[in-house]
Amino acid sequence: MSARFLVIATILLSGIAFFPNISTLSGQDEHHDAPSQAVSGEHADSHSAEADGHGEAGDEKFNPSTFSLDHIKDTHDWHILTKKDGQHLSVPLPVIVYSKNSGLHAFFSNKIAHGHSHKGFQMGHGSIMVENKKGESIEKSLDGKIVEVDEHGEMLEAGLPLDFSITTNVFMMGLSVMVLLIVFLTLAKSYRKAGVSEPKGLMGFIEPLIVFIEEDVAIPNIGADKYERFMPYLLTVFFFILINNLMGLIPFFPFGANVTGNIAVTFVLAVFTFWITQFSGNRAYWGHVFNSPGVPKWLLPIMIPVEIIGLFTKPFALMIRLFANITAGHIVILSLVSLIFIFKSIFLAVPSLILVLFMDCIELLVAFLQAYIFTLLSALFIGMAMPEHHHD
Amino acid sequence: MTGTLAGIGAGLAVIGAGLGIGRIGGSAMDAIARQPEATGKIQTAMIIAAALIEGAALFAIVVAMMS
Repeated sequence: MSARFLVIATILLSGIAFFPNISTLSGQDEHHDAPSQAVSGEHADSHSAEADGHGEAGDEKFNPSTFSLDHIKDTHDWHILTKKDGQHLSVPLPVIVYSKNSGLHAFFSNKIAHGHSHKGFQMGHGSIMVENKKGESIEKSLDGKIVEVDEHGEMLEAGLPLDFSITTNVFMMGLSVMVLLIVFLTLAKSYRKAGVSEPKGLMGFIEPLIVFIEEDVAIPNIGADKYERFMPYLLTVFFFILINNLMGLIPFFPFGANVTGNIAVTFVLAVFTFWITQFSGNRAYWGHVFNSPGVPKWLLPIMIPVEIIGLFTKPFALMIRLFANITAGHIVILSLVSLIFIFKSIFLAVPSLILVLFMDCIELLVAFLQAYIFTLLSALFIGMAMPEHHHD
Repeated sequence: MTGTLAGIGAGLAVIGAGLGIGRIGGSAMDAIARQPEATGKIQTAMIIAAALIEGAALFAIVVAMMS
C-alpha cells in the first residue's frame, strides 16, 4: 500500500519538477544565428523538420538519414518543435556530469542546448582524434556528447567528463519501471485479497500473458520441475521489453525514446541471460562444452574453442536481434515521415500517413514478438544449460 | 564505394535469411495443416528456427554496418 503511494508521489514530484521548465525554456532559448523567416507554408514544414533533425536551423537540404538517426539516438532533452522564429520548444532533462577538473555538476539540459555553454560544459560538435590502446590515433565523434571547455571555447585536455545524465532513455526506463511497479503491485495486492478467482479489469489483461509465459515459454523449455526459479527473471524481462517497445512507439513527450533500440540496454539484458545461463549450467552442460560426448579426442582442441565461442554468440545474437528489430522499425517509420519533407508536398502527407499507420500496426506485432522471442530464447538457453539426460 | 558494397552485402544476407525463414514458415504451415493439434509445438519450433536464421542474418548486417 505505502509502496504504491510512494511510486505515485514520485511521478507527481517528477512532473512538478519538469513542467515549469517548459514555459521558461521557450523564452530564454533563442537561437544564436536566427534563421531567415520561412515564406510558404510547405517550406515552413520542411524547415522545422530540418531543425528537428539537426538541432540547427538553416537553409540546408533536408537529409532523411540524419533526420532518422537523430531521432533514434539517446538525447539530453525532449525536443518537441522549433518555431518559425527559431525558438526551440523542448522538455529539458537533468544533466549530471563529473569532470576531473571541476567535480560534480548537475543542471538542466536547456542551459547547454543549441550551442550555449554552462559552467564550462557544452554539447560537442565534430570529432577529435584520440589514441586507442594500440597507440593508433582514431577519430571519435563528439556529437551528442557533453564536453568541457575553457573560457576561449577550447576543449580541455582532461578528456570528456563522465556523463551520468538522466537522458531520454534513462527517463523512459524509469517511467516504464514505475508503470510496471504500479501495475504489478496493484495486481499482487488484489490477488492476495481475493485469491485466485475470475480475473477482472487489468487482471484480465495481464493474467493471460503471465500464464502464457509460464505454460508456453518456461515449462516446455526449462522443464516442469525447475522452471519456477526462473519465472521472475523471464516475466521481468518480458514485461520490461514489451512496455518499452510499446512506449517507444508513442511519438509524443514522455514516450518515444528508443530504449529497447539502444544497444547498451539490449547488451545488459543479454548479459543477464548469459550469466543466468552459465550459473545454472549443470555437469552435463559443462561436459558438453569441454568434452563433447561422441567427439574424438584429437578433435577437442578445435571443438572446445568453438563451443566456448558458442556460449557468447547466443546472447550476442539476442542483443543484436532486439536492437536491430526495434531500431529498424523506428527508422522505417521515420523514413516514411520524411517522404513528406523530401518531396516538399502536402499531398504526399496522405499516403505517407497511411503507410506510417500500417507500419505502426506491424510494429505493434513486432513489439510483442520481440519481447516474446527474447524471453523464449532466454528460457531455451537456460533450459539447454540443464539437460536432463546424459547422452554418453 | 565501401558503403555501396556493404549495402549489397546486407541485401544478400537478407535474401538468404528471407529464403530460409520462408521455407521454415511454409513447412510449418504444411505441418500444421497435417496435424492441427500440434500447432502450438510447431509454432514454438518454427519461431526458434527462424530466430536462429535471423541471428545469422543479423551478424551479416552488423558486419555490413561496421564497414
